Amino acid sequence: MLQQSDSRLSTTQSARAQWLALLARAPLTLLEQVLQPHTQAAPHWLRKPETGLMMVQARTGGSGERFNLGEMTVTRCALRLSNTPVHRNVGIAYVVGRSHRHAYLAAVADALLLDESVHRELERSLLAPVRELLAANKLARQARAKTSKVDFFTVARESNVDGDDGETS
Amino acid sequence: MSNVELSDLGAGFSDMSLGSQSVFRSALEALSYPGRPVQLAVTFEAPKAAHASSSGLLLALLEPGSLLWLSPSLVNTDAAAWITFHTGCKITPAQHQADFAWIKNWDELPLLANFSLGTDEYPDHSTTCVIDIATQDTSATRAPLLTLTGPGIAQSATIEQLFATSAQLKSFVEQWHQNHTSFPRGVDVFFATHTGLIGLPRTTHIQLSV
Repeated sequence: MLQQSDSRLSTTQSARAQWLALLARAPLTLLEQVLQPHTQAAPHWLRKPETGLMMVQARTGGSGERFNLGEMTVTRCALRLSNTPVHRNVGIAYVVGRSHRHAYLAAVADALLLDESVHRELERSLLAPVRELLAANKLARQARAKTSKVDFFTVARESNVDGDDGETS
Repeated sequence: MSNVELSDLGAGFSDMSLGSQSVFRSALEALSYPGRPVQLAVTFEAPKAAHASSSGLLLALLEPGSLLWLSPSLVNTDAAAWITFHTGCKITPAQHQADFAWIKNWDELPLLANFSLGTDEYPDHSTTCVIDIATQDTSATRAPLLTLTGPGIAQSATIEQLFATSAQLKSFVEQWHQNHTSFPRGVDVFFATHTGLIGLPRTTHIQLSV
Protein backbone atom coordinates (compact mmCIF):
# COMPACT_ATOMS: atom_id res chain seq x y z
CA MET A 1 0.00 0.00 0.00
CA LEU A 2 2.68 2.45 0.96
CA GLN A 3 4.55 2.15 -2.26
CA GLN A 4 1.51 2.37 -4.49
CA SER A 5 1.12 5.68 -6.21
CA ASP A 6 -1.72 6.69 -8.43
CA SER A 7 -0.62 7.71 -11.89
CA ARG A 8 -3.25 10.45 -11.96
CA LEU A 9 -1.61 12.22 -9.04
CA SER A 10 1.32 14.54 -9.46
CA THR A 11 4.61 13.59 -7.83
CA THR A 12 4.14 16.07 -4.98
CA GLN A 13 0.69 14.70 -4.34
CA SER A 14 1.87 11.11 -4.27
CA ALA A 15 4.78 12.09 -2.01
CA ARG A 16 2.28 13.70 0.32
CA ALA A 17 0.02 10.66 0.19
CA GLN A 18 2.98 8.54 1.23
CA TRP A 19 3.93 10.66 4.21
CA LEU A 20 0.27 10.91 5.26
CA ALA A 21 0.15 7.11 5.26
CA LEU A 22 3.32 6.99 7.37
CA LEU A 23 2.01 9.56 9.84
CA ALA A 24 -1.23 7.64 10.23
CA ARG A 25 0.73 4.56 11.26
CA ALA A 26 3.33 6.37 13.39
CA PRO A 27 3.38 5.58 17.11
CA LEU A 28 1.91 8.35 19.26
CA THR A 29 4.95 8.57 21.53
CA LEU A 30 7.27 9.30 18.62
CA LEU A 31 4.94 11.99 17.22
CA GLU A 32 4.65 13.63 20.64
CA GLN A 33 8.39 13.63 21.10
CA VAL A 34 9.39 14.97 17.67
CA LEU A 35 6.60 17.54 17.31
CA GLN A 36 6.85 18.83 20.88
CA PRO A 37 8.29 22.26 19.86
CA HIS A 38 5.49 22.81 17.32
CA THR A 39 2.51 21.95 19.50
CA GLN A 40 2.88 24.75 22.05
CA ALA A 41 0.69 27.24 20.21
CA ALA A 42 -2.99 26.47 19.68
CA PRO A 43 -3.66 25.56 16.05
CA HIS A 44 -6.14 27.32 13.81
CA TRP A 45 -8.72 24.63 13.14
CA LEU A 46 -10.25 24.31 9.72
CA ARG A 47 -11.98 21.13 10.79
CA LYS A 48 -11.71 19.99 14.38
CA PRO A 49 -10.94 16.30 14.96
CA GLU A 50 -14.03 14.23 14.31
CA THR A 51 -14.49 10.49 14.51
CA GLY A 52 -16.67 8.62 12.09
CA LEU A 53 -17.04 5.46 10.08
CA MET A 54 -15.59 4.79 6.66
CA MET A 55 -16.46 1.92 4.38
CA VAL A 56 -13.40 -0.10 3.46
CA GLN A 57 -13.56 -1.66 0.03
CA ALA A 58 -11.50 -4.55 -1.21
CA ARG A 59 -11.03 -6.78 -4.23
CA THR A 60 -10.71 -10.53 -4.08
CA GLY A 61 -7.11 -11.38 -4.83
CA GLY A 62 -6.45 -7.69 -5.41
CA SER A 63 -7.99 -7.81 -8.89
CA GLY A 64 -11.56 -9.07 -8.57
CA GLU A 65 -14.75 -7.11 -8.30
CA ARG A 66 -14.81 -4.39 -5.67
CA PHE A 67 -16.85 -5.24 -2.60
CA ASN A 68 -17.53 -3.66 0.79
CA LEU A 69 -15.29 -5.31 3.33
CA GLY A 70 -16.63 -3.51 6.37
CA GLU A 71 -16.64 -0.22 8.20
CA MET A 72 -13.70 1.20 10.05
CA THR A 73 -13.45 3.91 12.69
CA VAL A 74 -11.49 6.87 11.36
CA THR A 75 -10.61 10.22 12.92
CA ARG A 76 -9.82 13.17 10.68
CA CYS A 77 -8.98 16.83 11.05
CA ALA A 78 -7.59 19.82 9.13
CA LEU A 79 -5.68 22.74 10.59
CA ARG A 80 -3.31 25.63 10.05
CA LEU A 81 -0.40 26.13 12.42
CA SER A 82 -1.19 29.82 12.54
CA ASN A 83 -3.43 32.10 10.58
CA THR A 84 -0.69 34.42 9.35
CA PRO A 85 -0.28 34.76 5.58
CA VAL A 86 3.19 33.23 5.92
CA HIS A 87 1.91 29.90 7.19
CA ARG A 88 -1.11 29.25 5.03
CA ASN A 89 -0.31 25.56 4.69
CA VAL A 90 -3.17 23.32 5.72
CA GLY A 91 -2.22 20.06 7.36
CA ILE A 92 -4.71 17.23 7.15
CA ALA A 93 -4.84 13.83 8.79
CA TYR A 94 -6.92 10.69 8.50
CA VAL A 95 -6.05 8.24 11.25
CA VAL A 96 -7.50 4.85 12.10
CA GLY A 97 -9.15 4.73 15.50
CA ARG A 98 -10.59 7.42 17.71
CA SER A 99 -7.49 9.22 18.94
CA HIS A 100 -8.04 12.94 18.41
CA ARG A 101 -4.52 13.60 19.65
CA HIS A 102 -3.02 11.34 16.99
CA ALA A 103 -5.02 13.05 14.25
CA TYR A 104 -3.95 16.45 15.56
CA LEU A 105 -0.25 15.53 15.67
CA ALA A 106 -0.36 13.92 12.23
CA ALA A 107 -1.96 17.08 10.79
CA VAL A 108 0.69 19.27 12.45
CA ALA A 109 3.39 17.08 10.92
CA ASP A 110 1.70 17.28 7.50
CA ALA A 111 1.56 21.08 7.66
CA LEU A 112 5.25 21.20 8.60
CA LEU A 113 6.23 18.76 5.87
CA LEU A 114 4.62 21.05 3.29
CA ASP A 115 7.02 23.76 4.43
CA GLU A 116 10.26 23.45 2.44
CA SER A 117 12.41 24.87 5.24
CA VAL A 118 11.63 22.16 7.78
CA HIS A 119 10.78 19.30 5.44
CA ARG A 120 14.28 17.82 5.33
CA GLU A 121 14.74 17.97 9.09
CA LEU A 122 11.39 16.33 9.74
CA GLU A 123 11.98 13.73 7.06
CA ARG A 124 15.10 12.69 9.00
CA SER A 125 13.73 12.91 12.54
CA LEU A 126 10.20 11.62 11.99
CA LEU A 127 9.52 9.87 8.69
CA ALA A 128 12.73 7.82 8.56
CA PRO A 129 12.24 6.29 12.04
CA VAL A 130 8.61 5.50 11.23
CA ARG A 131 9.64 3.82 7.99
CA GLU A 132 12.22 1.73 9.84
CA LEU A 133 9.75 0.82 12.54
CA LEU A 134 7.09 -0.27 10.06
CA ALA A 135 9.63 -2.29 8.09
CA ALA A 136 10.82 -3.96 11.31
CA ASN A 137 7.23 -4.74 12.31
CA LYS A 138 6.62 -6.25 8.91
CA LEU A 139 9.73 -8.42 9.14
CA ALA A 140 8.78 -9.57 12.65
CA ARG A 141 5.30 -10.47 11.45
CA GLN A 142 6.70 -12.38 8.50
CA ALA A 143 9.17 -14.20 10.76
CA ARG A 144 6.37 -15.16 13.12
CA ALA A 145 4.26 -16.44 10.27
CA LYS A 146 7.21 -18.35 8.88
CA THR A 147 7.47 -20.57 11.98
CA SER A 148 4.15 -22.12 11.13
CA LYS A 149 5.03 -22.71 7.51
CA VAL A 150 4.34 -26.19 6.24
CA ASP A 151 5.94 -27.54 3.12
CA PHE A 152 3.47 -29.58 1.22
CA PHE A 153 4.78 -32.12 -1.15
CA THR A 154 3.06 -34.75 -3.18
CA VAL A 155 3.44 -38.23 -1.80
CA ALA A 156 3.93 -40.52 -4.69
CA ARG A 157 1.31 -43.19 -4.65
CA GLU A 158 2.70 -46.58 -4.00
CA SER A 159 2.80 -48.59 -7.09
CA ASN A 160 -0.15 -50.85 -7.26
CA VAL A 161 1.17 -54.38 -7.16
CA ASP A 162 -2.00 -56.36 -6.65
CA GLY A 163 -4.20 -54.25 -8.87
CA ASP A 164 -7.33 -55.01 -6.79
CA ASP A 165 -7.61 -51.95 -4.47
CA GLY A 166 -10.68 -50.79 -6.31
CA GLU A 167 -9.21 -47.47 -7.42
CA THR A 168 -8.53 -48.50 -10.94
CA SER A 169 -11.43 -49.62 -12.93
CA MET B 1 -12.60 22.25 -5.60
CA SER B 2 -10.39 22.10 -8.65
CA ASN B 3 -9.28 25.70 -8.90
CA VAL B 4 -9.14 26.53 -5.22
CA GLU B 5 -6.35 25.47 -2.90
CA LEU B 6 -7.22 24.11 0.50
CA SER B 7 -4.90 26.71 2.01
CA ASP B 8 -7.21 29.52 0.85
CA LEU B 9 -10.25 28.19 2.66
CA GLY B 10 -11.64 29.66 5.84
CA ALA B 11 -12.70 27.75 8.93
CA GLY B 12 -16.21 26.52 9.63
CA PHE B 13 -18.19 27.25 12.81
CA SER B 14 -15.85 27.74 15.75
CA ASP B 15 -18.27 25.59 17.73
CA MET B 16 -20.19 23.39 15.35
CA SER B 17 -23.28 22.70 17.44
CA LEU B 18 -23.69 26.15 18.96
CA GLY B 19 -22.89 27.94 15.69
CA SER B 20 -25.29 25.95 13.54
CA GLN B 21 -28.03 26.09 16.18
CA SER B 22 -27.75 29.86 16.38
CA VAL B 23 -27.92 30.20 12.58
CA PHE B 24 -30.83 27.76 12.43
CA ARG B 25 -32.64 29.86 15.02
CA SER B 26 -32.13 32.95 12.82
CA ALA B 27 -33.40 31.07 9.77
CA LEU B 28 -36.54 30.01 11.66
CA GLU B 29 -37.13 33.58 12.73
CA ALA B 30 -36.64 34.86 9.18
CA LEU B 31 -39.24 32.40 7.84
CA SER B 32 -41.63 33.07 10.72
CA TYR B 33 -41.60 36.81 10.11
CA PRO B 34 -41.38 37.16 6.32
CA GLY B 35 -39.77 40.40 5.22
CA ARG B 36 -38.12 41.16 8.56
CA PRO B 37 -34.32 41.38 8.37
CA VAL B 38 -32.79 38.96 10.87
CA GLN B 39 -29.22 39.24 12.11
CA LEU B 40 -27.00 36.21 11.93
CA ALA B 41 -24.12 35.42 14.26
CA VAL B 42 -20.93 35.01 12.24
CA THR B 43 -18.73 32.52 14.09
CA PHE B 44 -17.01 31.25 10.95
CA GLU B 45 -14.73 32.57 8.20
CA ALA B 46 -16.97 33.28 5.26
CA PRO B 47 -15.66 32.83 1.71
CA LYS B 48 -14.88 35.95 -0.30
CA ALA B 49 -17.22 35.19 -3.18
CA ALA B 50 -20.45 35.40 -1.17
CA HIS B 51 -22.13 37.13 1.76
CA ALA B 52 -21.40 35.85 5.25
CA SER B 53 -25.14 35.51 5.90
CA SER B 54 -25.83 33.21 2.96
CA SER B 55 -22.63 31.23 3.63
CA GLY B 56 -23.59 30.73 7.27
CA LEU B 57 -27.12 29.68 6.42
CA LEU B 58 -25.94 27.04 3.96
CA LEU B 59 -23.17 25.93 6.32
CA ALA B 60 -25.81 25.21 8.95
CA LEU B 61 -28.42 23.63 6.69
CA LEU B 62 -26.43 21.47 4.28
CA GLU B 63 -25.32 17.95 5.11
CA PRO B 64 -23.38 15.24 3.27
CA GLY B 65 -25.38 14.21 0.22
CA SER B 66 -27.35 17.46 -0.11
CA LEU B 67 -27.47 18.71 -3.68
CA LEU B 68 -26.56 22.35 -4.16
CA TRP B 69 -27.05 24.30 -7.38
CA LEU B 70 -24.73 27.28 -7.88
CA SER B 71 -25.34 30.29 -10.08
CA PRO B 72 -22.63 30.74 -12.74
CA SER B 73 -20.46 33.26 -10.91
CA LEU B 74 -20.24 31.05 -7.81
CA VAL B 75 -19.09 27.94 -9.66
CA ASN B 76 -15.39 27.21 -9.04
CA THR B 77 -15.05 30.00 -6.48
CA ASP B 78 -13.81 29.69 -2.91
CA ALA B 79 -17.46 29.69 -1.83
CA ALA B 80 -18.09 26.44 -3.69
CA ALA B 81 -14.93 24.82 -2.34
CA TRP B 82 -15.64 26.09 1.17
CA ILE B 83 -19.18 24.76 1.36
CA THR B 84 -18.30 21.35 -0.08
CA PHE B 85 -15.32 21.01 2.25
CA HIS B 86 -17.26 21.82 5.40
CA THR B 87 -20.60 20.18 4.70
CA GLY B 88 -19.77 17.37 2.28
CA CYS B 89 -22.60 18.46 -0.02
CA LYS B 90 -22.57 17.78 -3.74
CA ILE B 91 -22.70 20.45 -6.43
CA THR B 92 -25.26 19.67 -9.09
CA PRO B 93 -25.73 21.33 -12.49
CA ALA B 94 -29.37 20.15 -12.61
CA GLN B 95 -31.72 22.77 -11.21
CA HIS B 96 -34.68 20.45 -10.81
CA GLN B 97 -32.68 18.05 -8.63
CA ALA B 98 -31.24 20.63 -6.26
CA ASP B 99 -32.18 20.70 -2.57
CA PHE B 100 -30.65 24.16 -2.27
CA ALA B 101 -29.70 26.89 -4.70
CA TRP B 102 -27.12 29.58 -4.04
CA ILE B 103 -27.61 32.56 -6.31
CA LYS B 104 -25.01 35.28 -6.47
CA ASN B 105 -27.19 38.18 -7.58
CA TRP B 106 -30.33 39.22 -9.39
CA ASP B 107 -28.80 38.90 -12.84
CA GLU B 108 -28.30 35.21 -12.37
CA LEU B 109 -31.69 34.37 -10.90
CA PRO B 110 -33.01 31.56 -13.07
CA LEU B 111 -36.68 30.72 -13.51
CA LEU B 112 -38.02 29.60 -10.14
CA ALA B 113 -40.27 27.09 -11.87
CA ASN B 114 -37.19 25.19 -13.07
CA PHE B 115 -36.29 24.28 -9.51
CA SER B 116 -37.75 21.32 -7.69
CA LEU B 117 -41.19 22.24 -6.36
CA GLY B 118 -41.60 19.09 -4.31
CA THR B 119 -44.58 16.79 -4.67
CA ASP B 120 -48.07 17.02 -3.21
CA GLU B 121 -47.12 14.25 -0.78
CA TYR B 122 -43.73 15.77 0.05
CA PRO B 123 -43.88 19.53 -0.54
CA ASP B 124 -40.86 19.86 1.77
CA HIS B 125 -38.64 18.29 -0.91
CA SER B 126 -38.61 21.52 -2.88
CA THR B 127 -35.54 23.66 -3.51
CA THR B 128 -34.64 26.39 -1.03
CA CYS B 129 -33.16 29.37 -2.88
CA VAL B 130 -30.63 31.63 -1.19
CA ILE B 131 -30.15 34.88 -3.10
CA ASP B 132 -27.27 37.22 -2.32
CA ILE B 133 -28.28 40.87 -2.54
CA ALA B 134 -25.49 43.23 -3.55
CA THR B 135 -24.35 45.55 -0.80
CA GLN B 136 -24.88 48.71 -2.77
CA ASP B 137 -25.40 49.07 -6.44
CA THR B 138 -25.27 52.59 -7.75
CA SER B 139 -26.48 51.64 -11.20
CA ALA B 140 -29.85 50.49 -9.89
CA THR B 141 -32.13 53.34 -9.07
CA ARG B 142 -34.14 53.22 -5.90
CA ALA B 143 -36.11 50.04 -6.34
CA PRO B 144 -39.86 49.88 -5.86
CA LEU B 145 -41.07 48.41 -2.61
CA LEU B 146 -42.29 44.88 -2.24
CA THR B 147 -45.35 44.71 -0.03
CA LEU B 148 -45.83 41.39 1.70
CA THR B 149 -48.94 39.88 3.23
CA GLY B 150 -49.66 36.40 4.54
CA PRO B 151 -49.03 34.14 7.54
CA GLY B 152 -46.60 35.64 10.04
CA ILE B 153 -47.35 39.23 9.03
CA ALA B 154 -49.84 41.22 11.10
CA GLN B 155 -50.90 43.83 8.54
CA SER B 156 -48.33 44.06 5.82
CA ALA B 157 -44.56 44.17 5.63
CA THR B 158 -42.25 45.77 3.11
CA ILE B 159 -38.87 44.81 1.78
CA GLU B 160 -36.64 47.66 0.75
CA GLN B 161 -33.14 47.81 -0.63
CA LEU B 162 -33.21 44.73 -2.78
CA PHE B 163 -31.08 46.70 -5.27
CA ALA B 164 -32.83 45.20 -8.23
CA THR B 165 -34.10 47.05 -11.26
CA SER B 166 -37.83 47.46 -11.74
CA ALA B 167 -37.79 44.92 -14.55
CA GLN B 168 -36.03 42.34 -12.41
CA LEU B 169 -38.44 42.83 -9.53
CA LYS B 170 -41.44 42.72 -11.82
CA SER B 171 -40.32 39.44 -13.31
CA PHE B 172 -39.63 38.06 -9.84
CA VAL B 173 -43.09 39.01 -8.57
CA GLU B 174 -44.70 37.38 -11.62
CA GLN B 175 -42.76 34.21 -10.98
CA TRP B 176 -43.69 34.37 -7.32
CA HIS B 177 -47.40 34.45 -8.24
CA GLN B 178 -46.80 31.40 -10.36
CA ASN B 179 -45.03 29.79 -7.42
CA HIS B 180 -48.16 30.48 -5.40
CA THR B 181 -50.52 28.73 -7.76
CA SER B 182 -48.75 25.41 -7.25
CA PHE B 183 -49.25 25.52 -3.46
CA PRO B 184 -48.57 23.41 -1.36
CA ARG B 185 -45.69 22.83 -3.76
CA GLY B 186 -43.24 25.64 -4.46
CA VAL B 187 -39.83 27.04 -3.56
CA ASP B 188 -38.88 29.08 -0.49
CA VAL B 189 -36.49 32.00 -0.76
CA PHE B 190 -33.96 33.60 1.55
CA PHE B 191 -32.57 36.99 0.61
CA ALA B 192 -29.09 37.41 2.06
CA THR B 193 -27.80 40.91 2.66
CA HIS B 194 -24.39 41.80 4.03
CA THR B 195 -25.91 42.02 7.51
CA GLY B 196 -28.51 39.30 7.68
CA LEU B 197 -31.33 37.27 6.21
CA ILE B 198 -34.82 38.04 4.94
CA GLY B 199 -37.12 35.05 4.64
CA LEU B 200 -39.75 34.65 1.96
CA PRO B 201 -41.70 31.42 2.49
CA ARG B 202 -43.99 30.12 -0.25
CA THR B 203 -47.06 31.19 1.77
CA THR B 204 -46.29 34.90 1.44
CA HIS B 205 -48.09 37.09 -1.09
CA ILE B 206 -46.09 39.84 -2.78
CA GLN B 207 -47.29 43.01 -4.35
CA LEU B 208 -45.20 45.52 -6.18
CA SER B 209 -45.87 49.06 -5.01
CA VAL B 210 -44.15 51.93 -6.74
